[in-house]
Amino acid sequence: MDRKWLLETWVGVFVAAGIAALAMLAFRVGNIAEAEVRNPYEIRARFDNIGGLKVRAAVTMAGVTIGRVAGITFDSERYQAVVTMRIDGRYDRIPTDTSAAILTAGLLGEQYIGLEPGGADEYLKAGDTIEITQDAIVLEKLIGQFLFNKAAETPPADKPAPLPQ
Amino acid sequence: MNFFRYLGQWSIARVTTLGRAALFLYELLFASWRRPARLGPAVAKAFRLVVQQLYSVGVLTLLIILVSSLFVGMVLALQGYNTLVDFGAESSLGLLVALSLARELGPVVTALLFAGRAGSALTAEIGLMKATEQLAGMEMMAVNPMTRVIAPRFVAGLISLPLLAAMFTAVGILGGHFVGVVQLGVDEGVFWSQMQGGVDIYDDIGSGLLKGVVFGFVVSWIAVFEGYDSVPTSEGVAAATTRTVVLSSLAVLGLDFILTALTLGEI
Repeated sequence: MDRKWLLETWVGVFVAAGIAALAMLAFRVGNIAEAEVRNPYEIRARFDNIGGLKVRAAVTMAGVTIGRVAGITFDSERYQAVVTMRIDGRYDRIPTDTSAAILTAGLLGEQYIGLEPGGADEYLKAGDTIEITQDAIVLEKLIGQFLFNKAAETPPADKPAPLPQ
Repeated sequence: MNFFRYLGQWSIARVTTLGRAALFLYELLFASWRRPARLGPAVAKAFRLVVQQLYSVGVLTLLIILVSSLFVGMVLALQGYNTLVDFGAESSLGLLVALSLARELGPVVTALLFAGRAGSALTAEIGLMKATEQLAGMEMMAVNPMTRVIAPRFVAGLISLPLLAAMFTAVGILGGHFVGVVQLGVDEGVFWSQMQGGVDIYDDIGSGLLKGVVFGFVVSWIAVFEGYDSVPTSEGVAAATTRTVVLSSLAVLGLDFILTALTLGEI
């Protein structure tokens, strides 16, 4: 336990802490451990368009986060996105006719999945698929549809609109 | 006329100092690398000297770095939250904290603190060695003060600063996490996943590390040179210590701009 031993140990601790900080920057900032979802079970949902949904996005019900998106894959048979959600084991009473929608937090925020409970007596089990889904809103499509409807409403110039009866 | 004479004197003195600093660096980097007769013991001895200096340069600077990084991270999260929440974009808080720390604040604030804590101590120590003629005494005993005194301190500074900067960034992010997630209620998963999505290992963490190495080089160089070049009196050592802190801070801030412009490549 002489002074030299102490000094060398401290230097060792210093260098190890520096390397640990670098490792944290590389892995923790680059790869996060599962954000406390306990005893999870996985359910799936199919979407025609998931917009900007990312893995680890929140899955909410009534605004409360009850799980995370665990994986997003593409089904090349049905040309749909298959989103796997890992739901906290405490919330195991989700009706089978629950609907899933991809929503946006705030105007510019992250996208997340919102679940709306149905009225069925049976509950979703691990591996089940949510049938009723609502896609992410794509702004360009929305604007295009709006313009299309506008054009359909406006009567052509050479044919005056029929008078109300 | 006298004005021009003083200006000329001042300029010549500055340029001469710059030349001495460059020659000093040359000798430090190359001349002290003369191959010794027996390599093994020389390497072991150099390693021991560097470890000793790592203690006084790195370990003793640890506390100030850790404490200030915690508070910098916390303030960053608090300020960022108050601005972002107006746009409903507080989910980007983690990204904001991580990017500002990894790219800028980590290396720069670490280098400034390092110059104040360790650089000034290096200058004062070497300056006092010179004032009390210890360096001259070493030369009398055929010990090269460059390899025995200067080089270990320089190398220790070069190693310490990037490590300290990495710790600053890491602890700062934890501080930001404490304020953002624990206190202000930003969602934890979004905090980390936005950070993960936006922080690039090479572009952001790598460039921060590069800055740490460059700043370590410059600050250590200035510190040991000012000590070695100081006027060997108590006033001279005091002036040299002040110059170390001032010049290092200016050099760090100036180089930071250049390095940022180079790594972002937009100027």
